[in-house]
Amino acid sequence: MHIVDGALSTEVVIAGGVLAAGGIALGLKRLPVEKIPAAGVLSATFFVASLVHVPVGPSSVHLIMNGLAGLILGWAAFPALFIGLLLQAVFFGFGGITVLGVNTFNIAFPAVLAYYATRRGCANPNPKVAAAWAAFGGAFAIAATTACVAVALAVSGEQFVPAAKLVFVTHIPIMAIEAAISAAVVFLAARVKPELLRSEV
Amino acid sequence: MAHQVFAVDAEEIPDRGRTIVRRLDPRARILAACGFAVAVVALKSFAPLLLALAGGLVLMRLADMEPLPTLKRVAMMDGFIVFMLVLLPFTTPGETVLTVAGFPATREGFVLAAQIALKANAIVLAAMALVGTMEPVTLGHALYRLKVPENLVHLMLFTVRYIDVIHQEYQRMRLAMRARGFRPANTRHTYTSFGYLIGMMLVRALERSERILAAMKCRGFSGRLEVLDTLRYHRRDAAFAVVAALFAGALLFMEFADVAAF
Repeated sequence: MHIVDGALSTEVVIAGGVLAAGGIALGLKRLPVEKIPAAGVLSATFFVASLVHVPVGPSSVHLIMNGLAGLILGWAAFPALFIGLLLQAVFFGFGGITVLGVNTFNIAFPAVLAYYATRRGCANPNPKVAAAWAAFGGAFAIAATTACVAVALAVSGEQFVPAAKLVFVTHIPIMAIEAAISAAVVFLAARVKPELLRSEV
Repeated sequence: MAHQVFAVDAEEIPDRGRTIVRRLDPRARILAACGFAVAVVALKSFAPLLLALAGGLVLMRLADMEPLPTLKRVAMMDGFIVFMLVLLPFTTPGETVLTVAGFPATREGFVLAAQIALKANAIVLAAMALVGTMEPVTLGHALYRLKVPENLVHLMLFTVRYIDVIHQEYQRMRLAMRARGFRPANTRHTYTSFGYLIGMMLVRALERSERILAAMKCRGFSGRLEVLDTLRYHRRDAAFAVVAALFAGALLFMEFADVAAF
């Protein structure tokens, strides 16, 4: 899912950078100092969650959980996921430097969309209903992220279109897994700590 | 590298502050890495691209990074992009040079795939050598001094601080799951269990953050980022900036002045 340096056209890189900067600015604006500890610790949790590998068929994939990050962090998902990607790029060598903006937008924008789509549903007092909305949000965010990656590649060059399609197809099982895991997370949170789903951090 | 994010204990990092790169001002290193990345993505010819990759490898040595683990990490990244690179010769229009199972592969496609691979590797190597060898806290402070918004730096410092704590908690919970006979498989039970695991991590994270906030308030936290260390720009930092700018300039000169077109 990470796009590396050198694959995208300059226009896409600049557009991604501008959109990501806008999203981060909005996220920071809605993040009072009082909420920074919560956002920071949750951001660290999502970082660790993205290191979790779950089995898929004969192989395994790492989780992304951006739908859930959006649901819990709201607009703060933009700065939180940007920090995750920055740390990944410089300390782990995944991703790239010039594409940080594009990668942030591709992951965080679907997170914010999932937040608006599911925040009502996930606040439902019935944990099963909340879990169903979370499943939808989890699958939707992955679908939207792969769509963003596909668009970024396709706009950069005709020759990337098959790769973009392949990205989408290979992520269909991941959508199902993220949906199942997000549902379980929200089912548990709705019963144990409903504030997690209502506080926007 | 990864060990800095997972180990708060700085003692574990060997030779800290003794190599050339690690003695430089962190701001100069961040700016050099960004400048290098921007210059390299603009390249197309192979001579400057190979020179850029060589530059990345030299930086890796100057930063005293272990070559084998570092190159392994870079190869892992290549593993992720390889499927895209492999497709390119077959999807790029141009002059056919060979046919695999009836699909024509073009010269232009191979060239494009090689360009992307060279750029990505050169930039990742330089970024890991220049920025990845810093303490994450130093990175945060340097970004703050480079006028990155205070809130964002705060959030980054919090994230870095708690990744290690939460990772340990994650490992304890995985151990407890294993003790109860949990084994990941392609089952619904697995996904539900992972969901409860992550849910529990989030619940504990939120509760932990409440305690942190209470402790910070108790100590009179006002929302200001207090930076204790003082960064000083030395002559060696200026020298490094000049060398870095000359190197990036040389790469761009090779590219656009048609010195080594091939």
